Amino acid sequence: MIRKFTLALAGLMIATGAYAADLKVGFVYVGPVGDFGWSYQHDQGRLAIEKEFGDRVETTFVESVPEGPDAERVVRQLAASGHGLIFTTSFGYMDPTLKVAKMFPNVKFEHATGYKRADNVSTYSARFYEGRHVIGTIAGMMTKTKKIGYIASVPIPEVVRGINAATLAARAIDPEITTQVIWVNSWYDPGKEADAAKALMSNGADVIMQHTDSPAALQAAENAGVFAFGQASNMIKFAPTKQLSAIIDDWAPYYIERVRAALDGTWVSTDTWGGIAAGEVQMAPYTNMPDDVKAAAEKAAADIASGAVHAFTGPIKDRDGVEMIAAGATADDGMLAGMNWFVEGVLGDLPK
Amino acid sequence: MENFIYSMIIAATPLLLAAIGELVAERSGVLNLGVEGMMLMGAVVAFAVANSTGSTPLAILAGAGAGAGMALIFSVIALSLLANQAATGLALTIFGIGASGLIGQSFVGIALEPLAKLSIPFLTESTAVGRILLGHDPMVYMALALAAGVAWFLYNTRGGLALRAVGDNHDSGHALGYNVIAIRYMATLFGGACAGLGGAYLSLAYTPMWAENMTAGRGWIALALVVFATWRPLRLVAGAYLFAAVTQLQFYGQDWGLPIASQFLAMAPYVATILALVIISRDVNLTKANAPACIGKPFRAER
Amino acid sequence: MIVLEPRPQPSRALALLSPVIAIVLTLIAGGILIALMGRPPLEALRIYFFQPFEEFWMWLTLPTGEREMWLYTPSEVIVKAIPLALIGSGLAVCFRANVWNIGAAGQYTMGAIISGWVALSAPEGASGIWLVPYLIAGVLGGMLWAAIPALLRVRFNANEILVSLMLTYVAALLLDWLVRGPFKDPLGFGFPESKEFQPGFIMPVLVDGTRLHLGVALAVIAAVALWVMMGRTMKGFEVRVIGAAPRAGAFAGFSRDRTIWFVMLLSGGLAGLAGAVEISATVQQLQPQINAEYGFVAIIVAFLGRLNPIGALFGAVILAVSYIGGENAQIMLKLPKAVTGIFQGMLLFFLLGCDTLIRFRIRLARPRVG
Repeated sequence: MIRKFTLALAGLMIATGAYAADLKVGFVYVGPVGDFGWSYQHDQGRLAIEKEFGDRVETTFVESVPEGPDAERVVRQLAASGHGLIFTTSFGYMDPTLKVAKMFPNVKFEHATGYKRADNVSTYSARFYEGRHVIGTIAGMMTKTKKIGYIASVPIPEVVRGINAATLAARAIDPEITTQVIWVNSWYDPGKEADAAKALMSNGADVIMQHTDSPAALQAAENAGVFAFGQASNMIKFAPTKQLSAIIDDWAPYYIERVRAALDGTWVSTDTWGGIAAGEVQMAPYTNMPDDVKAAAEKAAADIASGAVHAFTGPIKDRDGVEMIAAGATADDGMLAGMNWFVEGVLGDLPK
Repeated sequence: MENFIYSMIIAATPLLLAAIGELVAERSGVLNLGVEGMMLMGAVVAFAVANSTGSTPLAILAGAGAGAGMALIFSVIALSLLANQAATGLALTIFGIGASGLIGQSFVGIALEPLAKLSIPFLTESTAVGRILLGHDPMVYMALALAAGVAWFLYNTRGGLALRAVGDNHDSGHALGYNVIAIRYMATLFGGACAGLGGAYLSLAYTPMWAENMTAGRGWIALALVVFATWRPLRLVAGAYLFAAVTQLQFYGQDWGLPIASQFLAMAPYVATILALVIISRDVNLTKANAPACIGKPFRAER
Repeated sequence: MIVLEPRPQPSRALALLSPVIAIVLTLIAGGILIALMGRPPLEALRIYFFQPFEEFWMWLTLPTGEREMWLYTPSEVIVKAIPLALIGSGLAVCFRANVWNIGAAGQYTMGAIISGWVALSAPEGASGIWLVPYLIAGVLGGMLWAAIPALLRVRFNANEILVSLMLTYVAALLLDWLVRGPFKDPLGFGFPESKEFQPGFIMPVLVDGTRLHLGVALAVIAAVALWVMMGRTMKGFEVRVIGAAPRAGAFAGFSRDRTIWFVMLLSGGLAGLAGAVEISATVQQLQPQINAEYGFVAIIVAFLGRLNPIGALFGAVILAVSYIGGENAQIMLKLPKAVTGIFQGMLLFFLLGCDTLIRFRIRLARPRVG
């Protein structure tokens, strides 16, 4: 009797997990899909996979998974429920991903923005700083007050790198330009982001950049009549007359490539760090600017893509005047990955 | 400085709206910890209505209605069925976060025109004072009017007297012939409507968009403000503006180059609230005179 | 209009039945919601609320060799319930005294910070015995953070609900600052996290292949001890009297201030312990996100357990099941996370509402005129 009941239950549970697709692909998101920022863009990548492969794949996502104790369970549940390829899309999922990968050697994992790999764990990220170079160039030509306002989320190398790349590019146009940074200590808090934008604008910043996820800062800039850039998605709807461009995270090409590799059996563990050239970083249309600025922006993007220009080309000094990159040299990926210093011209606190 | 004060007024408005409603509810003896959930529902419903009808007044009304609807759930469980108010309020917040997320799914990534700002020729534009006093959207003034109206109602009307009597001692209020439960229902629904307005302000004016969980803890701040104000409406206005000023300081302070880690600047509003609370509470007469003695206690009419 | 008539004495049968009625009502309302969203309601409800129990059943009945895989989900329910139970049972006592510690999340964070500081500053090669000072440090951290609202309440009459709530934000920001500053791992590529704890600071795992750890024993011991204290000791009597009738308590010679101190330190200490246990068992380092919202969820746990420490154990399991059910529903049925919140909210509404049945009979009547 007990045995029968158990078997019936097992049948029920297997039925729940049954699937017809060749590959089940799982995604773990740190925010709600509705943030219109980081997680939203990863979800766009997921939808692109569904469109590309149709019935051959089935995709699943788990949203708003905190980067703490819960991550390991969620990743494991995805692995245990028949997902063959799992994307964990935030830095804090690094150790949980590796732990689960050890338990499920036949499942393939892809961890975004981390640095630990294994035979079945790839890492991937995007060279957003290349996009920052382009918007820095635009800002350098557009600013009249020579003050750029920068709304920063949390002090990690990725964010610091973006601030530096934009500042270097702007100061290449005019060395008197400074970038004022305000940390909001959150990736996602529309009210705070808007307040930070207002504070920056009140101090004379006439171009606003952001490295936070919601369109609130851009919207605040639009209402105040100040130029700004979108983040993660094309946010032109939120600032039709003031968005100059936006750095778009386009994960679709990478996701499609990796799913195809998994389907074909050619998937191997790699570390991918694609930029403008690979199509992972895209620039939204250059709007609300004169033609010469537009031309300069297009050239900056093209030069980065072709490799003619590197966003971090020496001589580069940090804020204390110490030379970090020698004249003519460029920053290597190791330096970029651990960047925790500001270049000259950046104002604001940097927690050590 | 002009901009600092200007942003402070805007930042204070959702807090003030939500807090003035909670103040009325608490004055009647009801502690509703569900402000955050009611604000979120107000925000999402107001946004949905504004987006589909294009009518701002209708959207504001809908936001208030959504908040009141949430308050009704609370009232049935906590007032009619006598459940613990703290737990019911927390449940309301959890429910509101979930329900607003579900309703809002299809509104992500849509922008709205922000509410029009008041603009009186010459007066608004010519001076800083003009802009600070006369350059806001209508809801800013609505919040202030609401606070003034509540102050008048509480201290100058029979209804206000009844409300305070019920909050201070429901048994004697009942003995005097007041319908305790009915009064509390109305106060709680008013509180919900105000919280809904606070949420609507966020999604229509502050950052005219919908994003999940966009209140980011403002409902809890509103609760703190009520005690901070020792349950007095006009002090509440001062408290909301003060709190908003300290919040803004965390951004302006970085901009001004204060050599303090941003986390400590972000702590300032909370520490300031605690300090203010201590200073106010030390004087027993000050709190005793206004604190509703029956707050959070269920009432059931005996024959 | 609804009229409540008090029962001569609380109904025993309904005390047991009311949670069942509440769950049934939640299932019905939830099923309707899911059907409206176009998903199979029965399937969804099974995944939400029953799957961990089904898997536990499988583990119980299958022979060795086949059964191991079924233990994971049930064990995760327990892992999730441990911190909730530790905090919830302390809060149950606190709320019984009519003292409203809403800031357990801050005390939890502070427990993690202080114990984490011990773990990070211990010498290389520290052995398992270090777990004892580590856990004590967690308790002290939580007590320290709870002592502030207690002191301000007793000395200055400042409302403990608000002080403890405000301190939650302060603790979270302090942790944020620490892991980006003094506690940051120098080899961590600038990311906001501390070094990993040495093996001596990690809670022993009880069953291989799961994360089920020794904390479960601590949670059960704490709940039982508090239950005994509340029911069988003078101290428990004092807490109950002060909570129910402070004036009567004063006549009996009980001090309200002393009770405030006692219950605040008790609940704060347990929350701090939960923080220490949780980071040691699951993430094994300090990082900005350590699930401090357990401190708020535990308030609900305390009420689900009807402010009884043992009841809090069950409350913790119920909430843990709904969280894990929510994750599984996202994976299996692609239901959005928001639905989990709606379920939890409804479950609580119904539970709170049904509890009224224990003490009252519900009658429909015309409103009394006058």
